[in-house]
Amino acid sequence: MTDIPVLQTRALRCERDDRELFAGLNWCASAGEIWQIAGPNGAGKTTLIRILAGLHGFYDGSFTWPQWLQSDADPREKLLYLGHKAGLRDELTPLENLQWWLALHAQQADPMAALAQLGLAGYETVPCASLSAGQKRRVALSLLWIVDKPVWLLDEPFTALDADGVTLIEERLRQHAASGGLVIYSSHHRFDDAVRHVRLGGKQVELA
Amino acid sequence: MLSAVWQTLTRWYHQWGSPRYFFQYSGVLLRWLWPLAIVATMTGLVWGLAFAPADYQQGDSYRIIFIHVPAASAALLGYVSMGVAGLVGLVWRMKMADIMIKAIAPFGAILAAVALITGAIWGKPTWGTYWVWDARLTSMLLMLFLYLGVIALINAIPDPRQAGRAASLLSVVGVINVVIVKYSVQWWQSLHQGSTLKVVGETAMPAEMLSPLLISMLGIYLLFACTVLVRARTEIMRRERKSQWLKEALQ
Amino acid sequence: MSFVATVKRELLLACRRPAEIINPLFFFVMVVAMFPLGVSPKAELLSVIAPGVIWVAALLAVLLSVEGLFRADHESGALEQLLVAPTNLYLPALAKILAHWLLTGLPLVLVGPLLGYMLHLPVSASSTLLLALLLGTPTLTAIGAIGVSLTVGLRSGGILLALLVLPLYVPVLVFGAGVVSYAANGLPVMGLLAILAALLLASLTLAPAAVAAGLRISSGG
Repeated sequence: MTDIPVLQTRALRCERDDRELFAGLNWCASAGEIWQIAGPNGAGKTTLIRILAGLHGFYDGSFTWPQWLQSDADPREKLLYLGHKAGLRDELTPLENLQWWLALHAQQADPMAALAQLGLAGYETVPCASLSAGQKRRVALSLLWIVDKPVWLLDEPFTALDADGVTLIEERLRQHAASGGLVIYSSHHRFDDAVRHVRLGGKQVELA
Repeated sequence: MLSAVWQTLTRWYHQWGSPRYFFQYSGVLLRWLWPLAIVATMTGLVWGLAFAPADYQQGDSYRIIFIHVPAASAALLGYVSMGVAGLVGLVWRMKMADIMIKAIAPFGAILAAVALITGAIWGKPTWGTYWVWDARLTSMLLMLFLYLGVIALINAIPDPRQAGRAASLLSVVGVINVVIVKYSVQWWQSLHQGSTLKVVGETAMPAEMLSPLLISMLGIYLLFACTVLVRARTEIMRRERKSQWLKEALQ
Repeated sequence: MSFVATVKRELLLACRRPAEIINPLFFFVMVVAMFPLGVSPKAELLSVIAPGVIWVAALLAVLLSVEGLFRADHESGALEQLLVAPTNLYLPALAKILAHWLLTGLPLVLVGPLLGYMLHLPVSASSTLLLALLLGTPTLTAIGAIGVSLTVGLRSGGILLALLVLPLYVPVLVFGAGVVSYAANGLPVMGLLAILAALLLASLTLAPAAVAAGLRISSGG
């Protein structure tokens, strides 16, 4: 079971506006790993994550989720994706935003505890418009505690977070990997020697 | 027998659905199609404009139908084929399908415009005015609007692949709508009777008028096909300019 | 579940920003009020053009309001969350269309007869006007939503949307204004209302699928 990789890409290649973002990406990611997608601005980090999340379809080559190939399950059942925009409507409170997401994911959970854990106790019913950028990011990231999904695709999760927040999230990512999940995140921040990386933007994609 | 036909059709579908095959064989096809299109159009037009008998009611002014009718019917046909291509593109994600939509739209819009302009010119001697809100002219005007919508959408989206898919969806929606639009405009016409004159009645057209009309229709259809193929080839060249096969094919 | 949750969310959003409901209504009333000023205040003339004027104004009001259907969701990233969720997009799309119509379309329907009265439309036609708007405006919202799904995130939003959608609005305009004229002239209206109802059913069943496809295309899929 563990021998089968969770994610496998074959010769994945993507270009935008006549510019090749990356090519020849042959990548295997297994359960229990944390992968950082690194590279300079405009190297295609966000695009790669969006491709894996099924949001972007204009690429060559292929990628599969071998562990779920047998079952007919929608791979989106297994994915938790957080984009580089927090995805919160300013008019709604954190609680209302999260409740809609949970309904979309057909998951029953209580977001209150997670919000409290991220230091948002007392802000649950304040419209998101009056939260700071860091607080909004925390609200979005609270999904990591609420939603139960094996694969996390996080685009720039550390943006706008303070030092405490960064530590908190790092800890959560380690926990998830240790319990057999797969974390793929894009960032310049490499928080652990055990974190493996995909480096985009060079002549060739660098895997380590 | 039937299954053999079906097999041939699916084989063609897959072959012509590949840009590479399309590029190679459309080149061959065009070598025959161009002369045929030009000969047919010229024959139809010269025959219709110079040799066909004058109409006993409208005299020579009716001759504009040798341009008007072919342009109008080709514009309609073009829009329907965009819808079919759009459906194929959306359902089977065929690359060639959205290339075809992009290829069809501009010439289709031009044909709709030609049909409108010739209709207006024809309107002056028959109705005494260049523009009448007649069911056919109004439908053609809406057809032009639908074409312009597709073109505007294609131009507004920077990524050509995304533009192609968006145009596919819009064409499919548009084609479903065209039927209803056509029906509603006819009803609308019957609601506001008065300004119209039935010019081309149900009376059968004599053969010496019908034959040049059919030939010029064929000619315009073929011209349309040629421009579509040329535009599709240009688009393939643009999209595949980095491919090895294209470089080899062009050498 | 995603349907109910989305309707609830949309209604909640509208409560927090009531201007979204009020503005299209003001627009509708103002556009209609321009016609007597621009054309003539004569009752006999106004009563003839009233059905068309009201319908064109309603159509533009729907068009302008529907433009924002996905804008804030796109800008905030909430739309991406909708697209990655393991749910069929059909239901949330239908929910957004219905909620949007409830908030912006229904007020237009209710004000329609009043505007008809101001344009000297025979009072006998006002119930038909109400019914026609009731059946026609959801169709306008649904068709508009298809256009919005294809143009979401594009810079040239508004005008482009009008170019795409206005030709598609023709049948509703023709039958909607036509049925009101029929009623004003004392002609039977049931057949035409049935056509409007058929258009409504067809657009409500097909449009959410098209909107779902359009949203995926706009996201780059």
